[in-house]
Amino acid sequence: MKIKISPLIYTLIFLIIFFIFYKGLQNSNIYTPNLKIEENIPSFKAKIFNNDKFISEKIFQKDKFYLLNIWASWCVPCREEHSFLTKLNKEEKIKIIGLNYKDDKKNAKIFLKELSNPYDVILLDEDGTVAIEWGAYGVPESFLIYNNKIVKKIIGPINEELLTEIKILIQ
Amino acid sequence: MASLIGSYSLILGFCCSLIIFFFSVRNFKSPKRFDYKILSFTFLQLFFVIVSFVGLIISFINSDFSNETVFNHSHTTKPLFYKISGTWGNHEGSLLLWLLVLTLFIFLFLIKSKKQPNNYRILTSMFQQIIIIGFFIFLIKTSNPFSYIFPIPNEGLGLNPILQDPALAIHPPILYLGYVGSSIIFSSALAATTLNFISKDWAKHIKVWVLISWIFLTLGILLGSIWAYYELGWGGFWFWDPVENVSLMPWLALTTLLHCILALEKRLILTSWVIILSIATFTLSMCGTFLVRSGILNSVHTFANDPERGLFILIFLFSLVFLSLFIFFFFHKNENNNNSFFWLSKESSILVNNWFMMYFLSVVLVGTIYPIFLEVITSEKISVGPPFYNKLIIPFLIPFLLSMAIGPKLKWIKSEIQNKMYLVLFLFISFFISFIIIKNLDINFLINSILLTSSFYLFFITLRDFFIKGYQNLSQNLAHFGFSLLILSILFNNIYSTEVITNLKVGQTFKSKSLIIDFQSIDKKNEKNFQAIIGKFKIKELDNETIILNPELRVYNQPNIITSEADIKTNLLKDRFITMNLVSNQDYFNIRYQDKPFMIWIWLSVLLISFAGLMSLLKKRYEN
Repeated sequence: MKIKISPLIYTLIFLIIFFIFYKGLQNSNIYTPNLKIEENIPSFKAKIFNNDKFISEKIFQKDKFYLLNIWASWCVPCREEHSFLTKLNKEEKIKIIGLNYKDDKKNAKIFLKELSNPYDVILLDEDGTVAIEWGAYGVPESFLIYNNKIVKKIIGPINEELLTEIKILIQ
Repeated sequence: MASLIGSYSLILGFCCSLIIFFFSVRNFKSPKRFDYKILSFTFLQLFFVIVSFVGLIISFINSDFSNETVFNHSHTTKPLFYKISGTWGNHEGSLLLWLLVLTLFIFLFLIKSKKQPNNYRILTSMFQQIIIIGFFIFLIKTSNPFSYIFPIPNEGLGLNPILQDPALAIHPPILYLGYVGSSIIFSSALAATTLNFISKDWAKHIKVWVLISWIFLTLGILLGSIWAYYELGWGGFWFWDPVENVSLMPWLALTTLLHCILALEKRLILTSWVIILSIATFTLSMCGTFLVRSGILNSVHTFANDPERGLFILIFLFSLVFLSLFIFFFFHKNENNNNSFFWLSKESSILVNNWFMMYFLSVVLVGTIYPIFLEVITSEKISVGPPFYNKLIIPFLIPFLLSMAIGPKLKWIKSEIQNKMYLVLFLFISFFISFIIIKNLDINFLINSILLTSSFYLFFITLRDFFIKGYQNLSQNLAHFGFSLLILSILFNNIYSTEVITNLKVGQTFKSKSLIIDFQSIDKKNEKNFQAIIGKFKIKELDNETIILNPELRVYNQPNIITSEADIKTNLLKDRFITMNLVSNQDYFNIRYQDKPFMIWIWLSVLLISFAGLMSLLKKRYEN
């Protein structure tokens, strides 16, 4: 009997393709856009939370560490990260600046009263345009700033790990 | 409530599948009479899937956020139109649509194939049900569109703004009619092979289905391309993006199949080609689904990265591949007569077409999946871009276009070229025209002029045939004419496009030799689901009238994404295309202005090609 060789070959070829695809599936393919490290901070203008005065990027002095944290009272993960911000506030080397994003002022005040206020300054971003200037993806998001440069961008809430990382960075 | 009904309906539809499969097997053993229970249950199944689909649409309309799919992809402030289109603008909903088309087509097939032998109909239904069952399990197990969430959120996460667009709202249904329509060709080809029923009659009967899929696939790709043109803001219409490629591959296979079917219908030749292409078309459609849905490739269509889903489609896809291989090798009897073709005949030219198409298909296939292979084997990441495709495809277009002009003139079996005079004359005319056009331009003369010559050649030859042959072979001629028009428009578009990229503040003016762009003002507008910043630009081209263009930046509220909307002024000769983008931390806007000649002819020629398909479909008989 003549052995048919071609079916075997084709089967083999397809098995190999299957195997490659299967392997390919396990590789992670989520490309996060490469953030430009050490990007300059954008110029912006924002109201201060308490006294309606305008302030610009000049509040960031050189040779100092700042953490710009975008938050809102309606944002659930912001609640989680709040305790870490409070912990971070105890560090003397860093100032925390909040950017209150698209929020109701009353709610924001209640939020701070309830969970304490870790921010040295809070800026207002009523229509979300300041966050856009910063190239933020959403809330919460934090930018670690040194020498008017963005040293690190944290998308999502700050957790224990990130907190230690920040602490190491500012040493 | 609608969600609940939809959910149960889906399970009932799945049960119908099992019942149909059971009846099919029973009926297949004694196929003297067609068991009408199969038809009834197929109808019932279609009904359940429709109910399920409508249920999902209603959940979207009512913004029922207890449904996870609705929560993830909708928002109360979205206009009604996009609430509805959001139904298939996500993984779960689009698979439900996929299922809907699958069941719709098998139902239509059973109704329309009454004249065919019973065992063939039953077996086709059986193969189709295998596919349907696979998709039911996939849907219910890994991507149920009716998952319930508790506590019920007040607000949804919103639809990706770039999907909130009229062209994209109808793009998936149309494309799916093409993609999934090929499933019926697949099932029927497998059934016909198993029963050794590949015949002229079968070819005639399946041709209708091939044409339907082909028309919808062409239109679907066209819509996607138009969308990419004005929404993605790059001003191109084809980017050789993996997602575009996976739609092009089934199209190439299907187009080849269409030509082979004609040969099969006339002469009962190329049967192996027909079977393999029928299998390949659907397999490639499935493969496309796998590639874009599993997250193995990154694209706008990758809704969620869920390896479980990818694994399921992969296993299912290869089960179908092995099933087809098995059937092909063990049931298909190769035709032994008819195998020798006279070199100058219609069948030879169809064979030539096949090989060209297969070459194009392989190029696209390699370009699309080679990066995956390489990454697995060497963990090296590469990306394959337009230069790869251009280099490998464009030179081969030249003989392809020429044979497209000559091929249809040949007769079946054996032919001689009559009237050689005009064929040569036209070649000279085409070359002369191309020469004049290319001469003054600063581009590679040889390749461009030959390419242009061959497209003009096809253009003139087909144009002449409209007058000489009249209604005879009109649809074929129209399709080839459309293709020549497409290539010509693409060429001219490439050669004559100009682009200006500059940064402007409000009130500033950009001046060059031939162009003045005056950035007059910006305006703000609040819409229900987004805020728009609208720029007003006055464009003055030398020896041309002044036009006002208003590109937009949209800040969508849910999800919070900025999109840039191009403003395009179209006329028959050219498109003027402008986009603006925010330059971060400055008051400058990045302005991109493009002059794109013959843009509209690219769309029109593809429309013409699909219209030719429609004509062929409506025509009772394919005349020689």
